[in-house]
Amino acid sequence: MDLVTPAVGQIFWAGTIFIILLFLLKKFAWKPMLTAVNEREESIKASIELAEKTKAEMEAMKAENEDLLKEARVERDKMIREASETSKKLIEEAKTEGKAQQNKIVAEAQRVINSEKAAAIAELKTQVASLSLEIAEKVIKGELASSDKQKALAEQIANDISLN
Amino acid sequence: MEVMEFSKLGLAAIGAGLAVIGAGIGIGKIGGSALEAMARQPELTGKIQTVMIIAAALVEGIALFGVVVALLQG
Amino acid sequence: MKKYARIILIGLALTTSVLSKASGNAHAEEEKPFDATSHAIHHALDAYEIHLTDNFSIPLPVILWTDNGLVTFMSSAFHHDDEGHLLVERNGMNFAKIHGKIYQVDAGAEHIAFDADNHPTNAHKVTLDFSLTKNVTTMFLVAILLLVIFIRSAKKYNGGKPVAPSGIARWTEPGIVFVQDIAKENIEGDKYKKFTPFLLTLFFFILFGNILGLIPFISNPNMTGSISVTLTLAVITFIIQMANSKGAFWSHILMPPGVPKALYIILVPIEIAGIFIKPAALTIRLFANITAGHIIVVSLISIIFVNKSAAWAGLSVPMTLFISVLELLVAFLQAYIFTMLAALYIGSSVEEAHH
Repeated sequence: MDLVTPAVGQIFWAGTIFIILLFLLKKFAWKPMLTAVNEREESIKASIELAEKTKAEMEAMKAENEDLLKEARVERDKMIREASETSKKLIEEAKTEGKAQQNKIVAEAQRVINSEKAAAIAELKTQVASLSLEIAEKVIKGELASSDKQKALAEQIANDISLN
Repeated sequence: MEVMEFSKLGLAAIGAGLAVIGAGIGIGKIGGSALEAMARQPELTGKIQTVMIIAAALVEGIALFGVVVALLQG
Repeated sequence: MKKYARIILIGLALTTSVLSKASGNAHAEEEKPFDATSHAIHHALDAYEIHLTDNFSIPLPVILWTDNGLVTFMSSAFHHDDEGHLLVERNGMNFAKIHGKIYQVDAGAEHIAFDADNHPTNAHKVTLDFSLTKNVTTMFLVAILLLVIFIRSAKKYNGGKPVAPSGIARWTEPGIVFVQDIAKENIEGDKYKKFTPFLLTLFFFILFGNILGLIPFISNPNMTGSISVTLTLAVITFIIQMANSKGAFWSHILMPPGVPKALYIILVPIEIAGIFIKPAALTIRLFANITAGHIIVVSLISIIFVNKSAAWAGLSVPMTLFISVLELLVAFLQAYIFTMLAALYIGSSVEEAHH
């Protein structure tokens, strides 16, 4: 029975001690500790957030770098391709030009040759004509040395004419 | 007088025993169900444990009313 | 191996202390059988002195408020008399100690007369007894311990700077975060901040009281096993709960939602009774748990004396050790439960309506 009977004195002391303890601890212990703990929690949270953000930024930067690298690679490839194309074109152009030049030279040469040939032929012709004339003169001079032969020729010519 | 005292003590003991049986069944059921729940959903272990302890304490509180009645005899 | 050696050593120490007591008792009460019940109850009760051994106890001041004003003297004035044989005279009044309570003897009486039930007939109990009893001393001790430990921990933070805990704060901070989490879980929104200091004080006051009661050789003060103390704590919780209660809490009680109006006649009185049953349950749960632990320990030790053979220590001491370890868990658990339920009750009364 004694165990379950509340005692006035103990209630008084328990209440007094507890309330004083509550105020003292609240002022000198709980407040600074809770502030510190919660502030630290906040700062840790903020730090983690910052780290997350930085990580994301790094990730973005890395991706950007990758993009840049890729672009550069593409650019380089393009440049190489263009250069090779240009060189090919240049070679091609040089080739065609050379050919054209060559053709022109050949044509010129042919033309010169032809004209030389024609001139030679013409000269040869005159030569031949004069030569044959000389021969003919010499032949005719021998043929017409007697009057009989002149008469026979005249007759023959006259015959030919009458026939016409 | 002796017999009276003895029977009084005996009855108090029987009462306390009955209270303990009830509390035993109650806490046993709570523990068993909590174990099943934890086995089914291990990720909720912490939460189940808290609720289990609260429920066990409430059941125990009822049993302790029996103990207090027994103490009233003392 | 070292661990076991330590446990055996503790067991031996317990046994020897108990045996020395047994031999002392055996001489004093040759005839009487050992009364384990009264021994256990007596142990769990409050006392006017701190009983360390049979030959040595620390006297404590007795403070009485009587019709003739304040009376103070040391409890050693009674010379361990607990039967009312010795009368202490102060301020013209006679006081006697009978079964752990102080009685004021009626004026003119020389001796205390007892009736058939062993109750004094010519003396009355002093109601306004503000003596610094064993429990009150323990409360002061707990308060001083708490102040020293937590103010020292608070100093480690240099006035609320967000630094990592060092020294003693490394031990106390997890406890503080633990209680703060209890508050956060049970009180909605930001309101928990207002009640965290109260819950922290409550938790550590109960926890330290529980643990002090488990330390052997210091008279096992049963502070949290005193119904006066638990009642005070429950009433303070109740006052805080009521002072902060919102309309939603009362409308919930007076107009339970989702219940047909006809049932109000039954439900409303039950709900109103529930408001008062909750602190009563808080009171009794803590009181009975801790007292039961103390009584069990004394009962187990009593096995030796009931059977009058030291050989029973082989059974009694290991069982006592087991119960003591269990009580260590209970000490923590009951502090947690009390704090959590207090937070739950406060949380339910400060809740805003959201249905």
